[in-house]
Amino acid sequence: MYRTPRLFLFAAPLAAVPGRAVAAGMPQLNFHDPLLIGQVVWGAVIFGGFYLGLSRFALPRVERVLTNRRTRIQSDLDVARKAKAEADRASAELLSARHEAAEQARAHVERIQSEARANADAHAAETAKRLETEIANAETRITQSREQALSSLSEIATSTAQDLVSRLIGTQDEQSVASAVKRVSA
Amino acid sequence: MTGEASVAAGSTIDALGQFELHPVLGHLGEALRFSQSPLFMLIAVAIVLVFLYVGMRPAAVVPGRLQAAAEISYDFVHDLAVSTIGENGATFFPFVFAIFFFILAGNYLGLLPFSFTYTSHIAVTFGLAIMVFVISILASIRFQGVGFLKHFLPAGTPVWLAPLLVPIELISFLSRPVSLSIRLFANMVAGHVLLEVFAGFTIMLAGLGAFGHVLAIAPIAINVALTALELLVGVLQAYVFAILTCIYLREAVAH
Repeated sequence: MYRTPRLFLFAAPLAAVPGRAVAAGMPQLNFHDPLLIGQVVWGAVIFGGFYLGLSRFALPRVERVLTNRRTRIQSDLDVARKAKAEADRASAELLSARHEAAEQARAHVERIQSEARANADAHAAETAKRLETEIANAETRITQSREQALSSLSEIATSTAQDLVSRLIGTQDEQSVASAVKRVSA
Repeated sequence: MTGEASVAAGSTIDALGQFELHPVLGHLGEALRFSQSPLFMLIAVAIVLVFLYVGMRPAAVVPGRLQAAAEISYDFVHDLAVSTIGENGATFFPFVFAIFFFILAGNYLGLLPFSFTYTSHIAVTFGLAIMVFVISILASIRFQGVGFLKHFLPAGTPVWLAPLLVPIELISFLSRPVSLSIRLFANMVAGHVLLEVFAGFTIMLAGLGAFGHVLAIAPIAINVALTALELLVGVLQAYVFAILTCIYLREAVAH
């Protein structure tokens, strides 16, 4: 892009200075100059030395530092990764322990609750049974007393009737009164 | 010739003088053919190595700024090499790293005043490209044996097309180092010539008096913008060179 104007401007001084410059030519093309070939030989020596210095000393040193850094970063990452895994495991352990403890506590509470409920149920059942037997006892007692009362009723009625009869008629026939009362009350 | 061209002309702009090579360290440099170009190669290489050394010295797990910069440069080129070349990319990574930072440091160092841009010399860029070329051929032979030659005739091509296709493939293969080197060389030369030309405009306008002093601000502003552009071009060309190197190497190691 910039080359066209540059070449034009490059040509400009050559045209502007027709005398000496063209006559002298470009110093780069003056191959009779021993310094021109000399710089190539020197350049080869210097470049060779440069290459050796780079490939033997300078570049391996850079390489070593870069490799060290890479391994150091890698090992640091490994350590960090290991620590993270350990922390994760510890945290998981903690979580599971907490979960377990909660489960245990819940089971404990449930057991105590069910025990208490069972105790209460048993107590209630016992009380109910006792009450029932007491009721049954009382009922039999009542029945007995009623039967007693009923059985003594005929006696009372007989004796009352005998008394009445004796008062009314002065005599008494115990046998007939009793059979009469029995007949009535039956 | 060196002295003649390096004279700073008052009325003309010497845009090419900056690319001239001069021996450093006096006679010793002359004898060793040691110019400012290899000197700046040494400086560039030293800067990169010191940057990596000092940056990585803390070797901290949490990096500081300089260490992070060193690590980013490493990762950037490493990703580039491995993602482009494939599983064998790590083998060639130091080579790609060296190429990328040799060119990047050269491009950026050249932007400093009074410095020299060695990547603006075709001899240097062609040398780098030929090196990449030869290494990719060697890698081809190493990974594929002589069988890599069959790439010159793409699979499924009718045999009668071979006389046409093989030369075309061969020429495109052989032109790789040429295009690779000229791309970098031309970009660097063009950028530095432009900087020099506009800097020259500033000096010429300044010679016109008060009015010229005001006008001279314009080329300075352009040079500021050009410097920003050159910062982009510098990293872009280094990246292009490196990624093309990776692509050639991927073809070399692919089965």
